[in-house]
Amino acid sequence: MTPAGSLLTADGLRKVYGPTTALDGADFSIHPGEVVAVMGPSGSGKSTLLHCLAGIVRPDAGEITYNGQRLTGMNDAALSALRRSEFGFVFQFGQLVPELTCLENVALPLRLNGAKRKDAERTALTWMERLEVDDVRDKRPGQASGGQGQRVAVARALVTSPRVLFADEPTGALDSLNGERVMELLTDAARSTNAAVVLVTHETRVAAYSDREIVVRDGKSRDMERLV
Amino acid sequence: MSTTRTKPAPPVGTDPRPGPTGPTGARAWLRDLGMGIRFAVGGGREGWVRTILTAVGVGLGVALLLGAASVPDLLANRDDRSIARTPAAAMSGKQTQRGDSTLLVVDTRTDYRDSEISGLMMRADGDHPALPPGVGTMPEAGEMLISPALRDLMNSSGGKLLKERFADYRITGTIGDAGLMSPKELFYYLGSDSLSKADGAHRVASFGFDQPAEPLDPLLVVLVVLICVVLLTPVLIFIGTAVRFGGDRRDQRLAALRLVGADRRAVRRIAAGEALFGALLGLVLGAVFFLGARQLIGVVDIWKVSAFPSDMTPLPGLAVLIMLAVPVSSVLVTLISLRAVAIEPLGVVRSTTARKRRLWWRLLLPAAGLLILLSQDQVTRTGGEDVEVYTIAAGATLTLVGLATLMPWLVEAAVARLRGGPVPWQLATRRLQLSSGTAARAVSGITVAVAGAVALQMLFASMHSEFNTTTDQDPRRAQLNVHSPRASGALAQRMIDDFRAVQGVKGVNGRVSSYVVKPGKLKSTDDMRPTTELSVGSCATLRELARVGSCKDGDAFVVHSGDRELDKWVDQTARPGQKVDLNSESWGDFEVKARGKHAPWTLPKSTRTISSRPDPVGDHYYGIYVTPGAIDVAKLADASTEALVQTDPKVPDAEEYVRNAATHIDPLIDVYTIRMIERDKQYASVQKGLQAGAIATMLLIAASMLVSTLEQLRERKRLLAALTAFGTRRSSMAWSVLWQTAVPVVLGLGLAITGGLALGVVMCRMVEKPVSDWLVFLPLCAAGAALVAVVTLLSLPALWRMMRPDGLRTE
Amino acid sequence: MVCIVLRMSIGHTLLGLLESGPRHGYDLKRAFDEKFGHDKPLHYGQVYSTMSRLLKNGLVEVDGIEAGEGPERKRYAITEAGITDVQRWLATPEKPEPYLQSTLYTKVVLALLTHRDAADILDTQRAEHLRLMRILTDRKRKGDLADQLICDHALFHLEADLRWLELTSARLGKLAKEVLPG
Repeated sequence: MTPAGSLLTADGLRKVYGPTTALDGADFSIHPGEVVAVMGPSGSGKSTLLHCLAGIVRPDAGEITYNGQRLTGMNDAALSALRRSEFGFVFQFGQLVPELTCLENVALPLRLNGAKRKDAERTALTWMERLEVDDVRDKRPGQASGGQGQRVAVARALVTSPRVLFADEPTGALDSLNGERVMELLTDAARSTNAAVVLVTHETRVAAYSDREIVVRDGKSRDMERLV
Repeated sequence: MSTTRTKPAPPVGTDPRPGPTGPTGARAWLRDLGMGIRFAVGGGREGWVRTILTAVGVGLGVALLLGAASVPDLLANRDDRSIARTPAAAMSGKQTQRGDSTLLVVDTRTDYRDSEISGLMMRADGDHPALPPGVGTMPEAGEMLISPALRDLMNSSGGKLLKERFADYRITGTIGDAGLMSPKELFYYLGSDSLSKADGAHRVASFGFDQPAEPLDPLLVVLVVLICVVLLTPVLIFIGTAVRFGGDRRDQRLAALRLVGADRRAVRRIAAGEALFGALLGLVLGAVFFLGARQLIGVVDIWKVSAFPSDMTPLPGLAVLIMLAVPVSSVLVTLISLRAVAIEPLGVVRSTTARKRRLWWRLLLPAAGLLILLSQDQVTRTGGEDVEVYTIAAGATLTLVGLATLMPWLVEAAVARLRGGPVPWQLATRRLQLSSGTAARAVSGITVAVAGAVALQMLFASMHSEFNTTTDQDPRRAQLNVHSPRASGALAQRMIDDFRAVQGVKGVNGRVSSYVVKPGKLKSTDDMRPTTELSVGSCATLRELARVGSCKDGDAFVVHSGDRELDKWVDQTARPGQKVDLNSESWGDFEVKARGKHAPWTLPKSTRTISSRPDPVGDHYYGIYVTPGAIDVAKLADASTEALVQTDPKVPDAEEYVRNAATHIDPLIDVYTIRMIERDKQYASVQKGLQAGAIATMLLIAASMLVSTLEQLRERKRLLAALTAFGTRRSSMAWSVLWQTAVPVVLGLGLAITGGLALGVVMCRMVEKPVSDWLVFLPLCAAGAALVAVVTLLSLPALWRMMRPDGLRTE
Repeated sequence: MVCIVLRMSIGHTLLGLLESGPRHGYDLKRAFDEKFGHDKPLHYGQVYSTMSRLLKNGLVEVDGIEAGEGPERKRYAITEAGITDVQRWLATPEKPEPYLQSTLYTKVVLALLTHRDAADILDTQRAEHLRLMRILTDRKRKGDLADQLICDHALFHLEADLRWLELTSARLGKLAKEVLPG
């Protein structure tokens, strides 16, 4: 049951890691330009849901459809290519390459897609300006603050103009002020490019930046919109 | 990774009890070292992995050092046994009176494919002959004693022909270890009842002799010192790296200790304790590895090197030195490596703005080394003084060690300028820009080994090529020279007949030959007495050497080669109707005293002069040629029977068939392959040894590079998983791992080859030899490439594992 | 706290208690005190006035009267209209405002007692909270610093409520064991 106009949908996802069932029949759908918060207690399977949706992890059962294509039928190379070109990612920490400068980090996805260094860095810089981190362009991630680092990560996630941005606890390592600034810039940027955002978080104030909320409990998802 | 922290948090609260930093001095040292050891043991799986890595690394190094420390003893023992079995007369030249214990001995040796087999033929004069060591009873006529390795070779599937060669002899026993230089030595004793002095035998009363202590050849000393430096410096560097294995994780653990109140010095001492434990365990492992290798070297033989385990005994002094130096240096290396790191309670702070490495003092070492070498006079084998030898060794050592110290600067300077390039390249170079120290240190080991190997090989190559150019014989033709000290026409004929029948023989030319001179007084004492070769052989043999026309037994000929100078020289002696002297020694020369009786013989008047044609080997014969009917072979003094055999290179083992045929005729016949085998073999083994050493070093270094690569991958599990998430191809990451290894290795090899060539040129100049081979480094480059490939390939499984999305799961 | 419970939803609570079967007035009081009264028991007068209001609205009916005088002698039963009213009350999220927990708690316990889906109540409430938070967040983004500070204050309170909701969701099983006999 794919809701009309959805960009990315998942149906009846199951995923078992050894003895633990991470997902047990989870559903999901998101429209272009929509920000959907995925909430739920720790260990409820929300990160696993994000990993499945993004084609990082293969579900044991269930279907994922992105833009009419079945993700579950794709091979690793096709999934990687999809992630490179259509998806963007922001994680809680440890995602920036410590040796590269912030600018080079932001340019990295473009370069992985085969862009020339100059072109990639030019585009990267506009995104850094947009996320107000152009002042750390030549610094290494270790020399930037946590909030700056996360914004660099957001810029990197958006630099390829992805159609879906996956953000897994993007503010998890930040204080509330920095966290909110990151969320504001992230959602503004995503809305301006009509990118859908899958936002995994356990902070309600972060979730408040979303349009809609999904709660994952014991591996099952619940669309809160339908309750109200 | 490097984190920037402003200040360490002040300790919270005060503990009334004395904290962990209470005592000072030796007691603090002891306590903290002990604590470090406890961490090394009790650090859980992680701690053990680190300790074991260090211990194995140090152990390998220690085993090599112990091996090196055993070499002097090993060589001395081999020499001792070699001397002990040498017939006593062979070295003194004195006559031994025949007695109950005396015996006649003669060297008989043979080659089998690429193995040399040495042996003695013995005949007892009395009932109680002296015996060489390792021999229980004198072999009777037709009996043979052989070494175990020779027995194995003869019984192996590849030894059939060798067995046939000695089919006339009954193997009655085995030579004991005391009579062998190494367990894999091929050696035999033959018994005889007909051996006589005429066969070239010596009479001896005993085996072994007192050898006067001979000073080492100065050139050899230089070589030995260099080889030690080349092979052992990387081992030391490797031990240094092994002690640092897992350092990053350890630093984080230590930071936790700082949080509970350990001070900076205490933390360093604890780290030293951990390293010390790893090193001590390494010593134990090293001893185990060494003992294992010691047993192994008696069984296997790699590159023709084998030794009795009992010979492999490290010099006690050196062993003690190793046992002390390794733990002490492990502590020192740890303390030095911690200098650049501040372990604070909240984490590890690496000095991110590391001091730029300075070039000048690094250049000082190799420059000083080369200058010392250039300022030395050429070393001649006889005139070298000890002082010079050590100066040269010091110069070479300085150069090599200097190259190693140059390495970190070179890597830093080279990668600092690298910008852009494809993503994997960028990742690799950036990584190296941030921390090139580890890679550079590991590679500097390669640098020393390769530079040394290049220089030494150049030296050996030029010495070798000089041997090549001074020899008249052309080694390109597979050719056997069969020689018997007995002069006999019948023997010559038998050789010709038997060898012709041998599989794979294309041509045989057999004759008895000697040198004859023109008798009488010379015009001036400075003149050379006209001499020419006189050969006795059949008309059939002659036809192969010259255009004869008619020939019957009793004829004699003068053979001209077509070279006018040579022909004139021949004609001075060979004058038909005039006398020649068949005992050339009876006339002496301007330097040589005359010896023995004259043996005049008249060259018949009817002697014709004919011109030669190429013999089976392609040479032109010139001199006097006499058929057996015209001369009594017995009158020829110092004659020998000789056959030149040309074999078909396409028939494998043709040479072995000839040797077998020869041994069946007479075991004392010497079959000599004109190929300069001795020198070729010696050179090849030196070259092989050097390359093997350099490659073994590279393997060690590869191991340490692999460990640090794996460590680094493990540390970046999360980052790698994140990179996978946004679609990074595995191949991109694999390439970055490859470049990260390749860049320092290529730089190191480049430096090593440049430095090695420079050192080689200087050393060739010192021994006054031209450089003959500039490309000796090519195999080492190939080995370097293989090293990069191996390290990359072996880290791929870990990389794949790290690139799985599991790394993203933080819960 | 209890006073708020009284003001807000005592009628619904008593109705809910009747769903499991007809009860006397004093039974109702005892059940209420036990489950929701904490350390402040309900007055008889409050029970009496509430029940007469419910009677008047046709949400309860008198099932029987025991001998003697006074409202405590009457046995009340819930009507169809009463059940619908409880259902509606439970399903409607409370307007997010301070000191909501008591009402929510009452709702959750009643839902458990009447074998309704308590998690649903919490999730509905959660969605309502988040809806308000979105509005506040939006206002904050567009407004000036004063707006931001005021909105943040509200947001922090709502966040605290939401945390309580989440915690309660996670502990529903345990709570059910405590409130349900057997």
